[in-house]
Amino acid sequence: MIYMYKIGVVGEKDAVIAFLSLGMTVSAVDTVDEAIRAVDKMAREGYGLIFLTETFAKDMEETLLRYQNQMVPAVILIPGTQGSLGIGLAKIRDNVEKAVGVDILSKKEG
Amino acid sequence: MRLNVNPTRMELSKLKKRLVVAKRGHKLLKDKQDELMKKFIDLIKKNNELRIKVEEELTESLKEFMMAKAVMGSEILEESIIMPSETINLEIAKKNIMSVNVPVMKFIREGAEGASIYSYGYALTTAELDGAINKLYNILPQLLELAEIEKSCQLMADEIEKTRRRVNALEYVMIPQLQETIKYITMKLEENERGNLTRLMKVKSMMEQRGV
Repeated sequence: MIYMYKIGVVGEKDAVIAFLSLGMTVSAVDTVDEAIRAVDKMAREGYGLIFLTETFAKDMEETLLRYQNQMVPAVILIPGTQGSLGIGLAKIRDNVEKAVGVDILSKKEG
Repeated sequence: MRLNVNPTRMELSKLKKRLVVAKRGHKLLKDKQDELMKKFIDLIKKNNELRIKVEEELTESLKEFMMAKAVMGSEILEESIIMPSETINLEIAKKNIMSVNVPVMKFIREGAEGASIYSYGYALTTAELDGAINKLYNILPQLLELAEIEKSCQLMADEIEKTRRRVNALEYVMIPQLQETIKYITMKLEENERGNLTRLMKVKSMMEQRGV
């Protein structure tokens, strides 16, 4: 069962234009609403992997949740022009807490 | 809390069967949960490390891109990379880990043979852009690995949560309920039996008294 998918990138122009050079489909957006629409559109059009910059992801909780439990597409957060905002890492923590009940990752550091 | 059933032998044997099934189901689910948890913890640790690394490198690469843009001007930069020499597609296969379908991803690059990753002439662009693109290219496999692992983790966390709910429901609600009901029915039946016995003895002694 192998399917072919495309890869999309959604985010602010300065951050996503770099991915254009790799041959991914890029959608530059300015507002959160546009970002939500872009992600939904890509999901509908059969993109298997959507990279989304954290700049917008922080206000798109609902959209992220919708795709979280589906195998395809995978929405993966990447740092935007402001650098990493720590949302991606926080999401990993959330997963751990959900599954294990306690945060076992941060204990190691502190 | 005991189930609302009639204390009959029929119900008793039905409940006993249900208890056996519930116990077996509980054991199986518990095993599944343990195994999932083991795999999940391995994976999530990897996920965490990889994300920190990828985020760092990606930020760096984006910074270089910004530098290139600052040096060259955004029009020339956009012009240079607007037509990439190859496109990237993604192949997703399914893998089954303890009944969780996780994706296995693979990049497929499509482009002209021998085409360089730099899709532009070198006349107008600067070395910063070359460096930034090269760096981005090197991050790509890691980025994909991260996507694969992170998605797997999300799906597994969900499944673990579901499984844990089921295990707990069986362990702390279903099984005690069944056991209590079985106990209640057994007691009730024994009580009936004793009542019956004393009644018979009483009747017998009454008959003897009347002097047969």
